[in-house]
Amino acid sequence: MSTIKIFIPRDSAAVSVGADDVALEIARRAVAENLSVEIIRNGTRGALWLEPLVEVQVGADRIGYGPVQVADVADLFKAKFLEGGAHQLCINKVDELPWLAEQDRITFKRVGIIDPLSIVDYESHGGLVGLRRALAISEKEIIAEVTESGLRGRGGAGFPAGIKWKTVSEASSETKYICCNADEGDSGTFADRILMEGDPFTLIEGMTIAGIAVGAKEGIIYIRSEYPAAIAQMQAAIAIAQEFKLLGPNILGSGRTFNVKIRIGAGSYVCGEETAMLESIEGKRGVVRSKPPLPAISGLFGKPTVINNVLTLSSVPAVLADGAVSYKSRGVGRSLGTQIFQIAGNVKRGGIVETGFGITLEKLVMHYGGGTFSGKPVKAVQIGGPLGAYFAVKNFGISMDYESLIAAGGMLGHGGLVIFDENVDLAVQAKFAMEFCAIESCGKCTPCRLGSTRGAETIQLIIDGHNPESNKKLLLDLCEVMTDGSLCAMGGLTPMPVKSAMINFPEDFDSRVEVAK
Amino acid sequence: MSTATWSKDHALALLEPLRHEPGPVLIALQALQGEFGYVHVEAVALVATFFNVSRADVHGVLTFYHDLRTTPPLANAIHICVAEACQAVGSRDLEKALKNQYKDQVTDAYCFGNCALGPAVMVNGKLIGRATAAKIAAVIR
Repeated sequence: MSTIKIFIPRDSAAVSVGADDVALEIARRAVAENLSVEIIRNGTRGALWLEPLVEVQVGADRIGYGPVQVADVADLFKAKFLEGGAHQLCINKVDELPWLAEQDRITFKRVGIIDPLSIVDYESHGGLVGLRRALAISEKEIIAEVTESGLRGRGGAGFPAGIKWKTVSEASSETKYICCNADEGDSGTFADRILMEGDPFTLIEGMTIAGIAVGAKEGIIYIRSEYPAAIAQMQAAIAIAQEFKLLGPNILGSGRTFNVKIRIGAGSYVCGEETAMLESIEGKRGVVRSKPPLPAISGLFGKPTVINNVLTLSSVPAVLADGAVSYKSRGVGRSLGTQIFQIAGNVKRGGIVETGFGITLEKLVMHYGGGTFSGKPVKAVQIGGPLGAYFAVKNFGISMDYESLIAAGGMLGHGGLVIFDENVDLAVQAKFAMEFCAIESCGKCTPCRLGSTRGAETIQLIIDGHNPESNKKLLLDLCEVMTDGSLCAMGGLTPMPVKSAMINFPEDFDSRVEVAK
Repeated sequence: MSTATWSKDHALALLEPLRHEPGPVLIALQALQGEFGYVHVEAVALVATFFNVSRADVHGVLTFYHDLRTTPPLANAIHICVAEACQAVGSRDLEKALKNQYKDQVTDAYCFGNCALGPAVMVNGKLIGRATAAKIAAVIR
């Protein structure tokens, strides 16, 4: 009898809800029933509400079952799931699940499909095509292709990647660096983690292309310590890439040199800010630097440095492989290509939705998200992490792209959406934004270091009903000082969740009892 | 996760491979904490001397990062995510319950990247999604 292939994700999210135990139980039972199975620990497809999602290869199709718990395994065997048998957990062909089939997966095309550490799998699913093309054309042509594609920084700032690369390529220095920012600290975001765990060679390929384009021989991935599985996966992938000459002194026989190493964060949110990250990689306190000089001119150890987010660099192989024209045929206006949205918080169907820019907020929250996990009405959605704006249901028509979100008083950030049901109190959330800033501020500039604490105190006064109207004015004034006077986005954007909460949910700041003084 | 008992010689052996690393202070402290479970007070001068940086530099790094600790670890390390996505599914209530039960073994954390399956709690390095007090109790030491 031939061996049956079973896919069970080793992604942290899947493991957090029992994927390891399910894999063990399936293996144990297959042995007991004398069935020949091969269990492949893939990444997650990104449909996290289905995790642990068990997929069985039946002919050319992968039949899915999820979410599977250990207690379901006996029943699945009884239903002959290894032959694709019917069961209440069966979702049929996974590729045809509308939630996945309607997406436009470019950067995430291999995630959840392949064995993450198999070079053979990687290559047979389109890997290395971009790198081979990059090695065949000139540095200028690589940068022109990336610029032409319209690819912008997916970390949050949205700066055009090609222009950043051009600046570094034109800087004269023997030593240059490619720094990958994998300090994905925003609540509601997990795409960097899922990509690193599910398709690590894509990031390595993207960094290598960047290195070739700008003349850098060394790459560093700065991964937060909260992501131990991603760290282990990237370490394993780097070792394999070196063995297969995708990294090292003679990449794919081209004579070009590029290496990648990992630096691990130490639990500081502000180290996701690019200059604080550089300080941290240099082994110092994660205190932000003044700009200029730009890191592209004087970055890591004072050398010209490309700093890009995981998703930006991981989109580069597809841009090179399929061409700029294909990539920029997606999206709207100046927001070109696909965005990897992450739907999180109190949500029924959370996970990764990769699609062209310009999808509405409503479609992400209701069509993909399916509303709240609690079943109560949606009240608020925070877009773009702890420094992003809170929007209400009345804002559901917003087009999800860089410019439209800025026009609506928000920002795209790293593309995370945190959904809240009617139980949320936006005054409390506004206060938390200030408290979080106080905890994570690097302390270098006064508006952020002191403003955050004063802001939290002032919001508490409003909540307690002490002179709410004059304190609201004071709070808005403080927000203006922080926005205009802070050195980086930490203090500069903390007012965004605060002000958006006040604007979109005024009732949460009004309904307090006035205390007689 | 067993940890070694602090000794200067053992610490020096850990620092030796990092001698030529650029910007070594943070990775040195991470290496020491990885081995001993915390950064011993004597490590500050040791690291400063070894890498020829000031003690203030080392102290500065040691006190900046939330991960680095200067006291031996407790029996359990319970990190509960209290960032927005987990707040949206009740992590504040779980935080109260856990702190009530496990006291100072519980630390607030901000995001494990498990934001669609919250509340997220990391217990002794193991990530738990859709966390409940019962799920935590099952893996506690």
